[in-house]
Amino acid sequence: MGGTETMMAGTAASAAPLELSLQGALNLALDEILAEDPKALVLGEDVGTLGGVFRVTSGLAGKHGAARVFDTPLAESGILGMSIGLAMAGFHPIPEVQFDGFAYPAVNQIVCQLGRMNYRSRGTLPMPVTLRVPSFGGIRAPEHHGESLEALFAHVPGLKVVSPADPQQGYTLLKAAARMPDPVIFMEPKSRYWQKGQVITESGLDDGGKSPVADGAAGARIARPGRHLTLVAWGAMVARCLQVAELAAEDGIDVEVLDLRWLKPIHADALAASVGKTRRAVVVHEAPRTSGLGAEVAQIITERCFGTLKAPVERVTGFDVPYPSGDLEDEYIPNIDRILFGIQRVLEYKRG
Amino acid sequence: MQTSVQRTTTRGRAGLAGAPRAPLAELPAVEPVTGNELVELYRLMTAVRHLDLAAISWQRQGIVPAYAPELGQEAAQVGSALAVDPKRDFVFPTYRELGVALACGVDMVEYMSTHKATWHGGLWNPAETHVAPIQAVVAGSVLHAVGWAHGQTLEAQGELPADGYNIAVTYLGDGASSQGDVHEAMNFAAVFNAPVVFFVQNNGWAISVPTEKQVAGGSVATRGAGYGIPAIQVDGNDAPAVLTATRRAVAHARAGHGPAIVEAMTYRRGPHATSDDPGRYRSLEDERADAGADPIARLREGILTAGAATAAELDAADAAGAAEAERVRAGVIDLRPRPGTEMFDLVFQEPTDELQRQKANWQEETELREESDHE
Repeated sequence: MGGTETMMAGTAASAAPLELSLQGALNLALDEILAEDPKALVLGEDVGTLGGVFRVTSGLAGKHGAARVFDTPLAESGILGMSIGLAMAGFHPIPEVQFDGFAYPAVNQIVCQLGRMNYRSRGTLPMPVTLRVPSFGGIRAPEHHGESLEALFAHVPGLKVVSPADPQQGYTLLKAAARMPDPVIFMEPKSRYWQKGQVITESGLDDGGKSPVADGAAGARIARPGRHLTLVAWGAMVARCLQVAELAAEDGIDVEVLDLRWLKPIHADALAASVGKTRRAVVVHEAPRTSGLGAEVAQIITERCFGTLKAPVERVTGFDVPYPSGDLEDEYIPNIDRILFGIQRVLEYKRG
Repeated sequence: MQTSVQRTTTRGRAGLAGAPRAPLAELPAVEPVTGNELVELYRLMTAVRHLDLAAISWQRQGIVPAYAPELGQEAAQVGSALAVDPKRDFVFPTYRELGVALACGVDMVEYMSTHKATWHGGLWNPAETHVAPIQAVVAGSVLHAVGWAHGQTLEAQGELPADGYNIAVTYLGDGASSQGDVHEAMNFAAVFNAPVVFFVQNNGWAISVPTEKQVAGGSVATRGAGYGIPAIQVDGNDAPAVLTATRRAVAHARAGHGPAIVEAMTYRRGPHATSDDPGRYRSLEDERADAGADPIARLREGILTAGAATAAELDAADAAGAAEAERVRAGVIDLRPRPGTEMFDLVFQEPTDELQRQKANWQEETELREESDHE
């Protein structure tokens, strides 16, 4: 997982990129995974005939068979527990919990079982399970349909956590996660499902016979280069930070946006390289502030860049409140103004 | 519109009134237990008894920090395990399954390592032995068995193999049956028609809470009907009866008829664990009255009556078990802590850079500490 900050940009494409939504890119990735890996299985609530409530699994059951893409009863602990048993039987399950908040009923299986089985069995029972979790808020959904669980999952030993920010990331990271021999929590920003972007697929790459996805999916990524300050974000917040950077540029502030991608392991070298250059950082996340991942990111930056920092690392986050109803969502999720205020605080910081 | 309403009404009514349901399948009959099998049961049960009692004394002697005894459950454990083929099937034990592990061929020093605090889950290789590692969350592995079993039907692409499906056997207790995961597992197993046997050891106690305050209705087996899963309740102190009941359940699952439940009514004669004090919640008198006949004495009596072996032959089996416990004792004493590097190396198949950094830091500081200790 060492990885570099750049990914597919440098790889020569032999076919035109596809214009896909994040949902479509994830669907394509699952389709290819099921075609390539006869041990891959997709399971969860409504993932079969319906194709998932966000249609990410649309058409897969028809194409790959109802045995490989199947609906389960409505029980998240059951979905995860079953996936663990399937992995013990040599399969590569890709379970879905329908919404982030419904991962809570499965936490026992995720924390006590999924994250520990490789360790407990001394490496003899690997857990190549990719848990897809439609994540974060921004769609005015009912309670438990918009939560930011990354700190909870990242804190659990034995789990890896990743969140794509756009269609290309969705495609690349999901293919990479599904090929990993370890459990990956794959947090899909549901507010971005319908945003389109260009996707270079593996079949469209002139890769000289070597798949670029594994390398291209490692570590963090510079979503926008800049000189004055680094905005660190992941998932749905990357797009917002890119908007903020455009606005800041109008005021002559050149903001770099670092798409962290992997929330565990965090790509510390990428953080150090970016903040080492800009000397200022703001971490942006939707999750509540206290013990959030922003604290971890800020500490990594402090350890790596203490001598060069011009200001303490700032956090712009959700609040320490239960994720609010749709009407208050825009007050809770870091908006453009709050992020700009954060940038301002860092730029205007004076040593006391 | 009219048609649609009618259809809905019909469906609703059928559901409410109880649509005609298939009667619960009869579990298939199996061959009677042979004389040789009776002796094999005796050999394994006495070996378990010696080891189990020895482990309690090892705890008192400070050789192991803690142990969860299974005194009185030898018939339930050995009887059920002998119905399983660990070469093809997969067993999902709890932390009280010494007898199951022994009957399935797990090395007993590697088994005891978990109680010696050498490695959570034990040192045996679950992939090779087909006995899953120990874990402490009750009912935690019951769902894994359902997943593994469903994997067998997927592997066979839904076509029943000539020798039937490989089956999963999952062990749980009356206490575990209160966990939601057991409901989810039974429901999933029935929905997927998974070849899994739920083997319930109802030993009367969930630590200090008796079955009547733990299991509504007093029996786990009766719940099977609600899931459409056939179930047998069996005298868990009667080893050949347990073997027969489990074989019937295994035959049912192997033949592609889906899950089955066996509930062995037994009794936990000792404490829940070596740190437990049963005197606080039951009297010795109750214990003697409720436990019934010792399953080993009972089996011995049966074997002698049937003439399957002589008393001298049974005594020899008993002595072999005692000697084996001594050998295991020596092995447990010789167990050394695992290298600290394993703590880092076995978390992932592909360790993260951060974990490698933590490992390097730990190694460096360990070496410095050792150097200063030498000075």
